[in-house]
Amino acid sequence: MSASHISVDHVHKVFKSADREVVALQDIVLDIPQGQFVCLLGPSGCGKSTLLNAIAGFSLPSSGSITAGSTLVSGPGPDRGMVFQEYALFPWMTVEKNIAFGLEIKGMGAAQIHDTVTILLGKLGLSDFRTRYPKDLSGGMRQRVAIARILALDSPIMLMDEPFGALDALTRRNLQDELLRIWAELGKTVIFVTHSIEEAIYLADRIVVMTYRPGTVKRDMLVDLPRLRDPSSAPFNALKRELGQLVMEEQQRHHNAELTAAVD
Amino acid sequence: MRKTLQWREIGAGVIVPVALIAVWQTACSMGWVNEHVLPSPWAVVTRWVAYLLPAKPFAETGGSWLAWAVSGELVVDATGSMYRVAVGFLVGAALALPLGLLMGASPRIYAWLNPLAQVLRPIPPIAYIPLAILWFGLGNPPAVFLISIGAFFPVLINTIAGVRQVDGIYLRAARNLGANQRTLFLRVILPASVPYILSGVRIGIGTAFIVVIVSEMIAVNNGLGFRILEAREYFWSDKIIAGMISIGMLGLAIDIGVNKLNNYLLRWHRGLEH
Repeated sequence: MSASHISVDHVHKVFKSADREVVALQDIVLDIPQGQFVCLLGPSGCGKSTLLNAIAGFSLPSSGSITAGSTLVSGPGPDRGMVFQEYALFPWMTVEKNIAFGLEIKGMGAAQIHDTVTILLGKLGLSDFRTRYPKDLSGGMRQRVAIARILALDSPIMLMDEPFGALDALTRRNLQDELLRIWAELGKTVIFVTHSIEEAIYLADRIVVMTYRPGTVKRDMLVDLPRLRDPSSAPFNALKRELGQLVMEEQQRHHNAELTAAVD
Repeated sequence: MRKTLQWREIGAGVIVPVALIAVWQTACSMGWVNEHVLPSPWAVVTRWVAYLLPAKPFAETGGSWLAWAVSGELVVDATGSMYRVAVGFLVGAALALPLGLLMGASPRIYAWLNPLAQVLRPIPPIAYIPLAILWFGLGNPPAVFLISIGAFFPVLINTIAGVRQVDGIYLRAARNLGANQRTLFLRVILPASVPYILSGVRIGIGTAFIVVIVSEMIAVNNGLGFRILEAREYFWSDKIIAGMISIGMLGLAIDIGVNKLNNYLLRWHRGLEH
């Protein structure tokens, strides 16, 4: 098995609170080969972020197991770099220091860190921002730094939790293209959470549609449109219509559940 | 354009004080108030200059010029007060910071110590004066003790709050990058709490400055607080006011200094005016 193969084996996740239990994930089975770009798609509450957090090791499954490469996931680690929707850059560190942080933890030498950071800054168009603090950066620039930070670790797996959700449409497309370029160049395995159907079709090799509570796999499909994909093409839109129906069914269940909860 | 605006702002800020001093001077010159009750501004300035300058001419002292220049009573008093503030604050903060970090980071230690802290915190440092004199006698030790108590609680409470408010997303990001507990604490939790800690430092220094004046009035034989109380015994109201103005200026200088330091240390922090 390669270092970036991910295997999700009969994973259940139950959240318990004082008065009730929520089954967030139910019997999820996924096998993700090395280098695949997978989008987890579904409305909020469908467990897609829960699954991503389980793979990241932040919140382990209640039962079942997850294997990344050849090791069982038992906690977070730099082999599975994560990009968060809220950027999660360290605001007290400059752009350079943010990218270098993971390398310093690894114990890399200062000169080597400097060179690695310089290359990554260039790759992501951040060279002019090297000594700036995150507060001086736009959302798009911050997310570039967050991507550079996990590229620095050279982790074989990239986990992305709605990373472009807070960006405007143009910046978003820009970063999507950038991500595709990096992915094609470096051959990482990517698991990308989104609730945008178009984003999923634009990016993914494979789309996993999830159901609203309990979170299960509703549809697992390969997208074999040629890249770079044209969102205005007929096959793109046919797929969009098909997925739209699947996702809206779950969105409706989400909506009904909220109404019921309000009546209770 | 900007420069004229600045001058206009300064001008606006000067008008009211100048008017007040003019009224005050008029009231004194016309003999409307007793000069022992309220000395004239001019008398206060004269007294302040005398308080600032060395008592003897340079020729009589025989020491270095610098030693002579700082031998004025005001300089000696201000240095003494500042020394007590600095030592007391450092002692208080040096105890409060590690304790606050521990209490903020560990719910167990918090549960052990927080009730005690909450009971002791409302006791004003000034209420410790009798005990301070009983334990440490007179002079610097009781003053430093009182000042350190004044600085301790603001730094402690803010440090605890600072550690507890650290956004979980930073911890998750750092653990994702491979940080162990030690790195997490030193490079994430500590810097993320700095804004809170520094606001505690600012309050702590302010409290220390109040306490130093009070403790000098009671337990020390020099310093600005002692000097204005001593002046009252001689009915030197001009010296009392000169001393008060000196205290105010010193307090302002400390606050500006701390503020500058804050702005430098928090240059990464959003929501700060530059």
